[in-house]
Amino acid sequence: MAEPVLAVEDLRTHFFTQDGVTRAVDGLNFTVGAGETLGIVGESGCGKSVTALSVMRLLPAGLGRTVGGKVLFGGRDLLQLDEAQMRRIRGDRIAMIFQEPMTSLNPVLSVGEQIAESVMIHQGKTKAEAWARAAEMLALVRIADAERRVKDYPHQFSGGMRQRVMIAIALSCHPQLLIADEPTTALDVTIQAQILKLMIELKSRIGAAILLITHDLGVVAETCQRVVVMYAGRKVEEASVLDLFDRPLHPYTRGLMASIPRHRRAGPPPRRLQEIPGIVPNLRDPIAGCAFAPRCPLATARCTAEAPSLRSAGTHSVACWEVTP
Amino acid sequence: MTRLRRFARRNPTIVIGAVLLAVVTVLAVAAPLVAGDPMLLKPEDRLMPPGARYWLGTDHLGRDIYARTVFGARISLVVGLSVAVLSVAIGLGIGLAAGYWRRVDALVMRFMDGMMAIPAILLAIALVSLNKASVGIVIIAITIPEVPRVVRLVRAVVLTVREMPYIEAAVSGGSRGLKIVLRHILPSTVAPLIVQATYITASAILIEAGLSFLGAGVPPEIPTWGNMIAQSRLFVVRAPWTIFAPGTALALVILAVNLVGDGLRDFLDVRLARRM
Repeated sequence: MAEPVLAVEDLRTHFFTQDGVTRAVDGLNFTVGAGETLGIVGESGCGKSVTALSVMRLLPAGLGRTVGGKVLFGGRDLLQLDEAQMRRIRGDRIAMIFQEPMTSLNPVLSVGEQIAESVMIHQGKTKAEAWARAAEMLALVRIADAERRVKDYPHQFSGGMRQRVMIAIALSCHPQLLIADEPTTALDVTIQAQILKLMIELKSRIGAAILLITHDLGVVAETCQRVVVMYAGRKVEEASVLDLFDRPLHPYTRGLMASIPRHRRAGPPPRRLQEIPGIVPNLRDPIAGCAFAPRCPLATARCTAEAPSLRSAGTHSVACWEVTP
Repeated sequence: MTRLRRFARRNPTIVIGAVLLAVVTVLAVAAPLVAGDPMLLKPEDRLMPPGARYWLGTDHLGRDIYARTVFGARISLVVGLSVAVLSVAIGLGIGLAAGYWRRVDALVMRFMDGMMAIPAILLAIALVSLNKASVGIVIIAITIPEVPRVVRLVRAVVLTVREMPYIEAAVSGGSRGLKIVLRHILPSTVAPLIVQATYITASAILIEAGLSFLGAGVPPEIPTWGNMIAQSRLFVVRAPWTIFAPGTALALVILAVNLVGDGLRDFLDVRLARRM
């Protein structure tokens, strides 16, 4: 594989609260290749979003801190950069799309201003050039009558259109990496499909790689080439999309797959939907052994004593004692 | 024209208040044209009741009360507006910094809490006794205790807005802290500040009148409503018109400013905007 755009090595992000240290991300490794779409999936609180914020260095000040690891982007470790260098990367080389299109745009600034802003910051364009670029970007994300609508304010756009505006902002400087944190969670299913399609299409046009963070395996199946499954701040499985859906290995991944409702035209009435028993462990307590062991149907004494390391066969790797890749 | 009429129908308080204020402002600006000399003493015309020669009568020194009331409006408006502009200008900067940068916040807000404890009247008496009484001193004395109120308001808005996802989005777009504050947060403070500024204007006019009444404000020979009321005190039974004119003027202007303020609050509040 060619040089990856982003390589995260042994990332450890901890939150320091009054009640103790929460290990939100604990030794995470992954890479995103040029032009690739990598999905990170997992349930709430498994460290997906914290991973994204760690890469962008946008953790809430005073609470969260990346205490170890490397985030290599274009050969540089982002964790070693100073704030000014980091600002030059944010929005220019790495852009981010957030979950809530309704609140991710400033209600008192027109969308044109918000798109033009990062163009002006990063590309040193004049105001007129930046506004022209804003209209161009709006047209690119298929907002009708873009020339006129750049002057409109966010409340004049629907949720799906606002997410298109967010994409326009994110792509306005042609980033190498786009981090999308649950970009479609707040949208209707039909709009979700449109937005995902648009993202993938523009990605290949611009040549960006995407780090897609989601809890929705359906979204992953539609858009990603590779998937990282996270549980309790660690990677439990990594595979190509086809491999993962064909042959999920980790009991957690299998549990996730089993809990997706399926359509069936004929045949027996649907069985009761499977759920994964138990709850996510408290990340404040040190986890001995495998974090998933208390909920795992395959767990043995070894699982609760010793943490499984990641073993791989080809491109498929899994952290479990009981299954072999 | 229809838009203007519709605005008037939906916001009657703003229009009534604004019209009243406009009339007073025009009178105040054109005072030398519409009124005689407010300082001219005519002992032979002392305590004349309102009539054809003196519309609103004369005071105990034979000065034209109409002229003095009109000229008094100048002081009131100048004090009200200056205090509003100064305290908003100073408070806005401090409030933005305190709301966005935590280190500034801890220091500044304790200091502001201290400032709020100072009553305007006492401060004015202290300042006037240290310096010569003048309109400038009065403005400074009233502005100082108003600043922390503006700071608190701005800081509260900043604290709410800075947690909004669109601020995080702006940071992730590579904007600097100062740019975030000025471009993304500042616009959200404008609407509440406009409303606050009108209330500050009203309270400044009232405090100035109070200070003049107590003799701690503008020098007594200068016609201000507070001075006029103070000097009429002794003659209020024999010549009630001497206190009637400045008192009514004061009440009307305060009412007008508050009407505008209330109307603007409803007009600018996004939560009420939907009903329009």
